[in-house]
Amino acid sequence: MSANAAIELKNISKYFGGNAANKNVNLTINRGEILSILGENGSGKTTLMNMIAGIYFPDEGQIFIDGKEAVIHSPKDAFRYKIGMIHQHFKLVDVFSATENIILGLSEKGRFDLKEAAQRVKEISDRYGFEIDPMKKIHEMSVSEKQTVEIIKVLYRGADILILDEPTAVLTPQETRKLFSVLRKMREDGKSIVIITHKLHEVLSLSDKVAVLRKGEYIGTVKTSETDEGQLTEMMVGKKVSLNIDRSEPKNCEERLVVRNLNCVDREGVKILNNVSFTAHSGEILGIAGIAGSGQRELLEAIAGLQKVNEGEILYNNPKTGACDNLRDKTPMQIRDLGVRLSFVPEDRLGMGLVGNMDIIDNMMLRSYKKGKSLFLERKGPRDLAEKIIKDLEVVTPDAKTPVRRLSGGNIQKILVGREIAASPTVLMAAYPVRGLDIGASYTIYNLLNKQKEKGVAVVFVGEDLDVLIELCDRIIVIGSGSITGEVDARTATKEEIGLLMTKSADSKGGQAK
Amino acid sequence: MLAFLVSSIRLGMAFLFGSVGETITEKSGHLNLGIPGVMCVGASCGCFAEYLYLSKAGVNANYFLAVFIPIVATLFGGAVMGFIFSFLTVTLRANQNVTGLALTTFGVGVSDYMIAETGSIYSKGSRFFTTSLPFADDLGVVGEILFSHGILIYLAIIIALATAFVLSKTRIGLNLRAVGENPATADAAGINVSRYRYASTCIGCAIAGLGGLSFIMDYLNGNWEYCIDAIGWLAIALVIFTVWKPGLAIIGSIIFGALYIASSYITGVSFASKEIFKMLPYVVTIIVLVFTSIRDKKENQPPQSLGLPYFREER
Repeated sequence: MSANAAIELKNISKYFGGNAANKNVNLTINRGEILSILGENGSGKTTLMNMIAGIYFPDEGQIFIDGKEAVIHSPKDAFRYKIGMIHQHFKLVDVFSATENIILGLSEKGRFDLKEAAQRVKEISDRYGFEIDPMKKIHEMSVSEKQTVEIIKVLYRGADILILDEPTAVLTPQETRKLFSVLRKMREDGKSIVIITHKLHEVLSLSDKVAVLRKGEYIGTVKTSETDEGQLTEMMVGKKVSLNIDRSEPKNCEERLVVRNLNCVDREGVKILNNVSFTAHSGEILGIAGIAGSGQRELLEAIAGLQKVNEGEILYNNPKTGACDNLRDKTPMQIRDLGVRLSFVPEDRLGMGLVGNMDIIDNMMLRSYKKGKSLFLERKGPRDLAEKIIKDLEVVTPDAKTPVRRLSGGNIQKILVGREIAASPTVLMAAYPVRGLDIGASYTIYNLLNKQKEKGVAVVFVGEDLDVLIELCDRIIVIGSGSITGEVDARTATKEEIGLLMTKSADSKGGQAK
Repeated sequence: MLAFLVSSIRLGMAFLFGSVGETITEKSGHLNLGIPGVMCVGASCGCFAEYLYLSKAGVNANYFLAVFIPIVATLFGGAVMGFIFSFLTVTLRANQNVTGLALTTFGVGVSDYMIAETGSIYSKGSRFFTTSLPFADDLGVVGEILFSHGILIYLAIIIALATAFVLSKTRIGLNLRAVGENPATADAAGINVSRYRYASTCIGCAIAGLGGLSFIMDYLNGNWEYCIDAIGWLAIALVIFTVWKPGLAIIGSIIFGALYIASSYITGVSFASKEIFKMLPYVVTIIVLVFTSIRDKKENQPPQSLGLPYFREER
C-alpha cells in the first residue's frame, strides 16, 4: 500500500447474470496522477469505474479510500468520498442553464441563490482554464461545452478524484487538446484523474500510468514512460484464442458491392464516414472490425438506404440481370428487393428489426406484408416460415405465437437473422449478430453465415470479437473514426495488427503504425 | 358586460385550480389524465364535509369552519386520488394514460354516488363561499371586478402565484423540474425521483380538487351539476394553452372562462351554436399548440419526460 494511494481496489468482482463483467480486479489510483484504464469494448472498464462512482455495487472485493475501507452504495456516497464521474452520456437537463444543472440536487444551507452559484462556477472555470457561460442553456451548447459543464459539476461538489468515461469520443482534436491541458492543470492541483479510453495515442500523451483490462480481468498496470504501443496492444487484445470455426475457401468471387468514397454526416453535422471505399465479393465473408461507434452502423445503414449519403457511390452488380445499380438513388424498399439485406442487430435488438409485442409469425410478415393480392392478410406463408426457422435454428419458444419480447436475446437474434436469410439475399449484412449470445447460439449463427457464403452470397459481418473475425471472415477491413484504416487477409492477420489499426484514427494517421 | 366579466372570473378560477394542480403534476413527468375525476371527487368530498358540518351546526354555522372544513376535505379527497395515481404508476408501474383515464371514470362515478347519498343541505354552504370582501360594494366597478369574489377565487390566484414562485425560484422547484425533464439525471444528482413524483402528484391533485369545489360552491352557488369532468378536461387543455406556466394560467383561465360562457351573454344564439361556442377553448388550445410547435422554443415545450415512466434498473 503506497502512501500516495487515493483509492485501492482489492479483488473486485461484478457479475451480470452469469457473466463476469469484472473478475478479481486490483487497482491503485494515486493522488496527483492521471491513470488511463485501457481495454476493448466490453472489457469491463466502465463497469469497474461505475462501482467506484456508486452506480453499481461490487459483488465481491473491497474498496479502500485513503487506506480505509469504503462502502459506496450511491453516487451520493461517492461524492462524500470526493469521487465524481463524468459519464459518456451526459446527465444534463436540456432546458436548464449550466449553473442550474451544476447545483441540481445539492442541499446546501442558506438561501437559494443562482447568482452566487454562477459566481462560484465562474471561479472554478477560471481556475482550470475552462471557457463557459454559466447562464447558457444546455440545449444551446456544443458537445464539448456540455462536457465542460459535467466536469465543473463534479468539481463544484468538491471532487478530488475525477473519472472520465471516454471523454474524447465526442470531441474534435482541438477540443481534445484543450481538455487534456485542463486535466493536466488539475493534476498539478493534486487531483487524481482516471480516464477510460481505448485510444492508444491519448493514453501515451496524457497519462502517467496505464491499467489494462481484458474481458473483465485485470491484466496489469504499467508506467506510460516505460511502455509503447506494441506492448499495450498486446496486453489489450491478448493472445489468440482458437475457436475452430469452419471456414471454406471463397468460391466464384465476383464484385458484388462496390463502395466508393462514401461520406456521411450525422444530425449535428459531424462527419461520421470519411471517404470509405471497399468491395464486397460474392461467396466471401467480409469482416468489418473497429471500436464501437466508429461508423459501422452508419456504413451499413447507408448501404441499406437508411442513412443519407452526402458524397460517394454504392454500386451493386446485380447477378440476375448483370446490371450495375447505384444504390444511393434507391429507396430502402427497392434496395431490399434487389436482394441487399440488412440483418442489423444494434445495441437494442428489438429496435430495428423486430416488434417486441408481436409474435414470431407477425414479425415474419413485416417483410412480406406487401405481397399477396387479397384484401386479408395471407398468414400461411409466414407461419410456415416461422415454424421452419424455429425448427432449423433451434429457437427455444413455446410456439410461433409467442411475442418475441418474451424470448431470450439469442433466440430473438436467431429469428431476425433467420428471417433475413429466408429472403435468399445476394448481400447479407449482419452487425454484431452474436452479441450477448452463448457459445452454442453463436456457432449456429456462424454456420448460417457460412452457408450463405457457400451459396454465393456476399456476407458483410460487423463484429467486435477479433478472434471471431479472424476465424470467420475471409478479408477484414478495419474502420477507425469513420475512415478505413486498413485491410487485412483474415487468414494471415494477427490480433495485434488489427488492434493497432483499430486504435488508429484519422487524426493520428501515420507514424503510429508499427 | 360586467356580469359577464365577473362570471368569467368565477368560472375561470375553477379552471385555474385544475390547471395549476395539473401543472405541478406534469412538472414531475406525470401526465395525469385523471384530473376530471379528481375534480369530481374533490367537489363531492367538499360537499359531503359541508353537509356533515351544516347538519350538525345548524343555524350556528360559523364562516371560518363552514369554509375551512370543506376545503380540507377537498384537499384530502384530491390527495387520495393523487396517491392512487402515483401508487399505480410509480409503484405498480401501470401506464400513466390508462391509469389517468381510469381515474376519471372512477372519480365521476364515485362522486355521483357520494352526492346522491349526501343531504342537499350542503348547498346552503355556498353562501359562505361566495361571501365577498366587505368593502367591495363601496368601490363601484373596480370593487365588483376585483373584490366581490368569495375566498376560493383569491385562494386560486395565491396558489397559482406561489406555484410559479416555487417552480422557478426555489431548490425544490428546480429539483422537481429536473425530475420531469430528465429523471435519470435527477436520480444521478441524488434526487429521489419517486418521492418527488408522489409528492407533486398528491399536491397537484389536492389543488385540482379545489377546482371542483370552486365550480360547485362558488360558480354554481351550491347546485350540483354533472359536468365537472368537462371542466377538468378544459383544465388540462389550459395547461397546454399556458405552456406549463402557472402565472400565465391566471389570465388563461379567465379567457377560458369567458369563452366557455360567451354564448349565454350573446343574444340570439341557438342551442346548437351554443355548443359550438363551448368548443372555443379547445380550438384556441390547438392553435397555441401549433404555434409553440412551429416556434419550437425549448422553454415552451412540455417537460421532456412527460408521460414516461422511470425505473432505475431499466437503463
